[in-house]
Amino acid sequence: MSPRAQVYILAVILALMGIGLTIYKNRALGFPLLPGEYRTVWTIEAKVGFDADGGPVKAALTLPREQRNMEVLGETFSSSGYGFNIIRENDEYRAVWSRRAAAGPQSLFYQLDVHQTPGAPLEQPLDLSTEVQKPLLGAREQEAVRQAIYSLVDSAHQRSSDTRTFTTQLLTALGDTRNQDRNLIFGYYKGSSLVDVALVVLAAAEIPAHRIRGLYLEDDRRRLDPEDLLEIYDGRRWVVFEPTSGSPGVPKNFFIWQRGGKSLLDVEGGRDSRVTFSVIANDVPARDVSMLKTSREKEALVDFSIYSLPIEQQSIFKLILLVPVGALVVVLLRVFVGLRTSGTFMPVLLAVAFIETQLFTGLSIFVLILILGLWVRFYLSRLNLLLVARIAAVVVTVVILMGAISVVSYKLGIEQALTVTFFPMIILAWTIERMSIVWEEDGPYEVVVQSGGSLLVAVLAWWVMTNRYIEHWTFNFPELLLVLLALILVIGNYTGFRLGELMRFRQLVK
Amino acid sequence: MLGFSFKHLVTRLRGGIVSPLALRRMGVLGMNARNVNYIARYNDRDKYPIVDDKLNTKRAARRYGIPSPELIAAFETQPSRARVMAVIEPLWQFVIKPARGSGGKGILVIVGRKGDKYLKPSGAELTALDILRHVSNIHSGLYSLGGKPDRVMVEALVDFDPVFDNYSFEGVPDIRVIVFRGFPVMAMLRCSTHDSDGKANLHQGAVGVGIDLATGRSCHAVQRGLRIDRHPDTEMPFDKLVVPGWRDLVRLAASCYEMTGLGYLGCDIVLDRKRGPLLLEANARPGLAIQVANGVGLRSRLQHIESLDLEQLEKNVEERLNYSMIRFAATRGD
Repeated sequence: MSPRAQVYILAVILALMGIGLTIYKNRALGFPLLPGEYRTVWTIEAKVGFDADGGPVKAALTLPREQRNMEVLGETFSSSGYGFNIIRENDEYRAVWSRRAAAGPQSLFYQLDVHQTPGAPLEQPLDLSTEVQKPLLGAREQEAVRQAIYSLVDSAHQRSSDTRTFTTQLLTALGDTRNQDRNLIFGYYKGSSLVDVALVVLAAAEIPAHRIRGLYLEDDRRRLDPEDLLEIYDGRRWVVFEPTSGSPGVPKNFFIWQRGGKSLLDVEGGRDSRVTFSVIANDVPARDVSMLKTSREKEALVDFSIYSLPIEQQSIFKLILLVPVGALVVVLLRVFVGLRTSGTFMPVLLAVAFIETQLFTGLSIFVLILILGLWVRFYLSRLNLLLVARIAAVVVTVVILMGAISVVSYKLGIEQALTVTFFPMIILAWTIERMSIVWEEDGPYEVVVQSGGSLLVAVLAWWVMTNRYIEHWTFNFPELLLVLLALILVIGNYTGFRLGELMRFRQLVK
Repeated sequence: MLGFSFKHLVTRLRGGIVSPLALRRMGVLGMNARNVNYIARYNDRDKYPIVDDKLNTKRAARRYGIPSPELIAAFETQPSRARVMAVIEPLWQFVIKPARGSGGKGILVIVGRKGDKYLKPSGAELTALDILRHVSNIHSGLYSLGGKPDRVMVEALVDFDPVFDNYSFEGVPDIRVIVFRGFPVMAMLRCSTHDSDGKANLHQGAVGVGIDLATGRSCHAVQRGLRIDRHPDTEMPFDKLVVPGWRDLVRLAASCYEMTGLGYLGCDIVLDRKRGPLLLEANARPGLAIQVANGVGLRSRLQHIESLDLEQLEKNVEERLNYSMIRFAATRGD
């Protein structure tokens, strides 16, 4: 296989790998392709409150299950003075706070951050019991209630075709305050909620059903009581109903806390226990959401990447990851334009320094150091020093100049000039040395051409490297470096003319 | 100095740019195509040291019987003052070169003595200390690629054939021949001018004179990208210029193929009054200015050689020489 074909195959493989990983990170892990994307993260706080009797206390709160359209990003428990652990009980997780002795009002908190994702909320199948316990209404005074219930069931049965439509009909009837049967039932079950009554009626109709406790996620809601939904078994699968409207399906924004099962909260050794919830929405950068999510799941692509480094090292890498982009700019300008620079990749180092110093400060400091350095170097050349000693002398001069620039500008109140330390000293010294040779051998014109070319490339590289999209992509999708590599490989095969050559060889075209 | 640089800039901008299609039609070779299609393909990396180090070139040339300027001394390590002085003290004229210098950098030519002083071609006077410093600079790698420590060569000054005296200002004219797979494909004479400060670099203002491979006559002359008829300093017309012993010179260039093993090669040759053509140096990455000097593109000639079958490529030097001198004669107009 010819080298050229190998280059193209390699480039295609690299580009596909890079693009594939990028798409995976965007689609599956939710890393945003564009900077400045925000996601809503809901912070839900459950507050368990009760009056302790003074003896041993144990409070158990059912924790939310896994829900497919809600991603839990993090959870915290606060329990000062309480022992705390999480136990698994019948397919449910419960947080248990315990204490040897407590008296007076107690508050315990459980807080979690969730992020809503598209998808079906609930997973089938669910091994919940489909047993039905018919309500016991044998006593005489309960006869009217029993008849009312069966009349409701009958009328709903006639107006429906299957279990689902039956449930909808039943819930509509239970919501209709003009319905006599309904009023009679509610009169008997005083203080019961719609869902409580619906469960009794459904049991009478021999339909397996249970309640779902949860919350509607709305911003800035406090002291919320949990809301109930109804879930029935239609013979094949479980279907959720919103009780007041009677429509099937989990409402949007509904965060399911407990599905079926028993009580939400059990307190031993206390009275007047209750759980209240508060919900707050936060807008969080999409990348942070993805980071939180993947760090919980230990996604290998993220876990074995720059993100696993400490923050300080990450910010260094943020800069390092920009260097390949600068190198690409140099490749483009040299291969397609034919710009002459002093030192192939020196402009990239300059551009990195410019990122830290800001462009105009950086440019003026660079030109100042170059001019002063050349001036000193010309004097040094008259002293007949050995080359290494001379360059070392230039390095020392550059350091002194940098110090002087910092101090003088600081005293003058130009704090930006303090960033002078970001310039690579040794590179500057070598540039000065090379430039002075160029000056002696080829004249000042060539010095201006070469340093002008270097500065032009550096400024262009700086401009590209500080682009917010480029910054975002290089840091969040380092896989794109593979695409960059592929691009550089392909450019390395370019055999066409450079822009400068169109001018250089123009005399040949008659 | 600043005056001509401005003029230079205006000259470069005037005329603007031409379309790449037109250049391609003219068979012009670009830098990228040269690097990828010719240098990378035909020049093996392991043969580079033969041409990149002039001491190696000299050694190889002696082995192949190719004449080159006489080597007086070479300093492998940093020489002491006494050693350098011992070498140059008895000499009236000499040249000090870095073995691995690039682009003609670091070459110091001494054409005479005046008391304790050494004279440069421009008439400038140097002291022994200046020369020692130059030796030390070369040794520290100032002129070599990547700043690697270098070796210092002291060569005899070529006794230049006076035929070019009227075509050169201060400096020494040399002839560059591009040899592709052993076939000479193009040649030019580089004449220094007042503008170029005695240097033979075309981009510094030296005149590039295209030489007809068949006859050794000048066929085209260019300074700073513009066609000229006379040398700007000496006012000598170029159409009278003929390189004496042209066939021997081209034969020398062609035989450098066997010596270096490089497929794409530039040979720099000077004419000595007594010894005839001498190989100054060989270059594995010869520049493209030769196209401007000749007013002809290289690509079509290189492609013609590439299209030859293997049998023709196994010709000896003399056969290749005959082939090139007929095929690439200026009168053929390709």
